[in-house]
Amino acid sequence: MSRIVAAMSGGVDSSVAAAILAREAAATGEEVIGVWMRTHGDMPEGYEQSRSCCSPEAADDARRVAQIIGVPFFVLNVEREFGSRVIDAFVDAYLDGATPNPCQACNQYIKFDELLQRGLAAYGADAVATGHYARLEHRDGRWRLMRAADSDKDQTYFLWVLDQAQLSRTRFPLGEMTKPAVRALASQLTLPTAQKPESQEICFVPLGDYRALLEERRGYAGDPGPIVDADGTQLGTHTGYAHYTVGQRHGLGLALGEAVYVREVRPRTNTLVVGGRDEVAQRTFTVEGGLFTAGEPPGERFEASVRIRHRAPDVGCEVTMLGSDRFVVETAEPVWAPAPGQGAVLYDGDECIGGGRIARLS
Amino acid sequence: MLSGERGTDLARQRHNRPMAIYLDHAATTPLHPEVLEAMLPYLREHHGNPSSIHASGRRARQGIDEAREEIAALIGAKPREIVFTSGGTEANNLAVKGMAWAGSARGRHIVTTAIEHKGVLNACAALERTGFEVTYLPVDRFGRVDPDDVHAAITPRTTLVTIMAANNEVGTLQPVAEVGAVCRAAGVPFHSDAIQYAAFHPAPVDAWQLTAMSLCAHKAYGPKGVGALYVRQGTAMVPQQQGGSQERQRRAGTEDVASIVGFAAAVRRLFADGARRAVENERQAALRDRLIVGATALRGVELTGDPEERLPNSASFVVEGIQGGDLIAALDLEDVEASTGSACSTGSTEPSHVLLAMGVAPELARGSIRVTVGEGTTTEDVDRALEVLGSGVTRLRGAGMVAALARA
Repeated sequence: MSRIVAAMSGGVDSSVAAAILAREAAATGEEVIGVWMRTHGDMPEGYEQSRSCCSPEAADDARRVAQIIGVPFFVLNVEREFGSRVIDAFVDAYLDGATPNPCQACNQYIKFDELLQRGLAAYGADAVATGHYARLEHRDGRWRLMRAADSDKDQTYFLWVLDQAQLSRTRFPLGEMTKPAVRALASQLTLPTAQKPESQEICFVPLGDYRALLEERRGYAGDPGPIVDADGTQLGTHTGYAHYTVGQRHGLGLALGEAVYVREVRPRTNTLVVGGRDEVAQRTFTVEGGLFTAGEPPGERFEASVRIRHRAPDVGCEVTMLGSDRFVVETAEPVWAPAPGQGAVLYDGDECIGGGRIARLS
Repeated sequence: MLSGERGTDLARQRHNRPMAIYLDHAATTPLHPEVLEAMLPYLREHHGNPSSIHASGRRARQGIDEAREEIAALIGAKPREIVFTSGGTEANNLAVKGMAWAGSARGRHIVTTAIEHKGVLNACAALERTGFEVTYLPVDRFGRVDPDDVHAAITPRTTLVTIMAANNEVGTLQPVAEVGAVCRAAGVPFHSDAIQYAAFHPAPVDAWQLTAMSLCAHKAYGPKGVGALYVRQGTAMVPQQQGGSQERQRRAGTEDVASIVGFAAAVRRLFADGARRAVENERQAALRDRLIVGATALRGVELTGDPEERLPNSASFVVEGIQGGDLIAALDLEDVEASTGSACSTGSTEPSHVLLAMGVAPELARGSIRVTVGEGTTTEDVDRALEVLGSGVTRLRGAGMVAALARA
C-alpha cells in the first residue's frame, strides 16, 4: 500500500492540496500523512507570528486541518538543516554582495530532499506532495515540470532545482487549479485556513528586515561606504553593502532628480554602484550552478525563454552552454536588474527545463 | 469528506489491528473502568457544590472528604494535610512558590536538582526573577543526586529543598529518604515531586521526612485534571490561587468533585492489596527489562538512567543517528505508541534538560525515546514494539546516510 507525505505549512494552499489527496485516498487506498516542518525557532516577541508560515501558530493550523481531513499529523524538525542550507546561505549571499534564493534553496535541500529522505524513512512513504502551483507530466521517457494552470500563481520559478529522482517522487495536487478555486474549495471543506491571508515575506525574516539576521548570524552590523555612479563619482553614503540589493531604489538617501537604482554591489570595496533605469537593464548575463530537469541541457546552444524573478513575464532568449553547468543568456529584450545570485529559470513553452543562478557581472 | 476519527480508524483497520500498542504510560494512563464507575455518580447525580449548605452540597462534600481520607491514609498523612489541585503541575507550583514565599522573611534560597520536572524548574525560574536564589544540583550520569551535595548546598538562608522521588524521563529513583534526613537535620522544609513514583509505591511522608509532596491522578489510571499536594500540618505556605476558602484556604476554587473521587478510587485500586501491587510491579519490571535487553541489542542504542534503581515500567534510550521524534512517528504508523521523553508537540528538538544534566551529548540527546509499559501491556506487545523499533531505526539511519552522502 502506498503512502504519500502531504507537506502542510498551515497555509491555505498546502491545506487544500492535502485535502484533495485525502479525498482521493478513499478511492485509491493510498495513505496520506500530513507533515508540518519546523524550520526555525521561535520568532522574537511582538512579531506577528500568524502571518508567517512555519510559526507555532501555523503548526496548530496545519494540525487542525489534518484532523478535519482525517490524516495522521506529524512535525518534522528540520531546524538544523534549514539553518545551514537556507538561512546561512541567505545571509552569506548578502555578505557576498549577491541576492539570495531562500525559497529555491528550501525546495532543493529541505522540502524535496530532507523531507523526502527522512519523511520517506520515518513515515514509510513513497512520495511528497506540496501545495505548489505547478504541474508534472511524464512524457517521452521522463518527468517534466510544467507551468501551472494559473499563470499568475505559477511557482515553477522556485521548482527548477528538482531533478528526475525528486520529480518522480513528487505530486502537485493544485497544478490544474486557480487560486480562487483553491480558496473556494477550502471554504467548501470548512478548513480553518480558508481565509488566511497570503504570507508575503520570507518565512524566517521578521518583518522583512533581514539586516538583524546578518548581525545575529555573522556579526555584520554594517559599515558605511560610498555610493558611486558608473564613472566612480561619489554620490552619497550607504550603511553597509550587504544591506542593499541589485535593483533597489529606496533607502539610498539620494535626491538626484531622476530615479537611480543599485546596479552593482561590490563587497571588497564596500561600494554600491548606482545607475538610471537604462543602466540597470541588461540583455546578456552569465548563469552558474545550472541544473536541467532532464538531467542535461537540450543542446550546446538553444532557444528558450527566461524568467529572472517570480511572477515576472519570461522573455525569449538564446542560451549558450559554457560547460556542463554554466551558460550565457542573451535576451531578445533587455531585462530589468538581473541580480547576481538570483535564479534565472528557463522555459520551453510551458515546460520549465531548468535554470541556474545569475553570476556576478565581470 | 472523511472525519478525523474515521480517517485514523481506516488506517488501523488496514493493519488488522483495532487498537494501538500503548507504551507511553509515563505520559498518561487510560482511565480504569472501576475509576469511571466511582466517578459517574458525581457526574450524574451528586452535582452539588461542596461549599453549599444544602443536602446536594453536603453530598458532594462527602465525596471529597472520603477521597481525602483515603489518599491521606495511603501516604500516612492526616486528611487535613491533603490539598486538592488541578493536577501535578499545580501541586508543584503551589509547593515551590507557596513555601518559598512563606519562608522569604528568613531567607530566599532554594535547593533543587537540574533534572526536576518543568513544573518545579519553571516555578524556580519564576522565583529567581523576583530575587530568589536557586541552586540546581548536578546529577551523576545515571541521573541520581548525591545527598552530600544537598547537605553542602544548604545555607542558613535556605528555606526549601525540592527533589523528585523518581524522574519522569529516565525513570531513575532518587535517594529521597537520605535527602529527607539531611533536610531534617538542617531544619529545612523538604518537598518531593512523587508523581511518577506514587503510581507504583505508596510514598511514605514520615519515613522520608517530607514537609510536602506532589501527587497526580492521571499517571495512576485516574482522571486528568486533578492532583494533590501533601503539606505537613503546621507548614507555612502562601496560597497561589486566590478566591473562596476551599481546601482550608490553601487553594481557592470549586472542587472538581468527580475527579477527586476518581483520584481516590484510582489510588485505592492500586494499593488496596499490597501483595498484588508487588506482583504487578514485578510483572511490569520484567517487561521493562525485556524491552531494555531487546533495544540495547541494536547497534547504537543505549539505556539512559539508572539500570537498577529505576521505575518498574520505564525504559528510556538514546538512539544514535536519528531524531527521536522521527522514530516515534515511524512507530506510531505501525501502531506502537511511545514518547521522545519530553512531550512537545511543536516539534522542537531542544535536547532534554535531564539528559544534558546527565552528561549526554546534545547530538545524542536528540535521539532520545522513552517506552513505558502498563497494566495492559503483554509480552507480545513488547516483542512487536521491539520489532518495529528495529526496523524504524534501520530505515531512519539509512535515510540519514543517503542524505549525508548526497550532500557530500
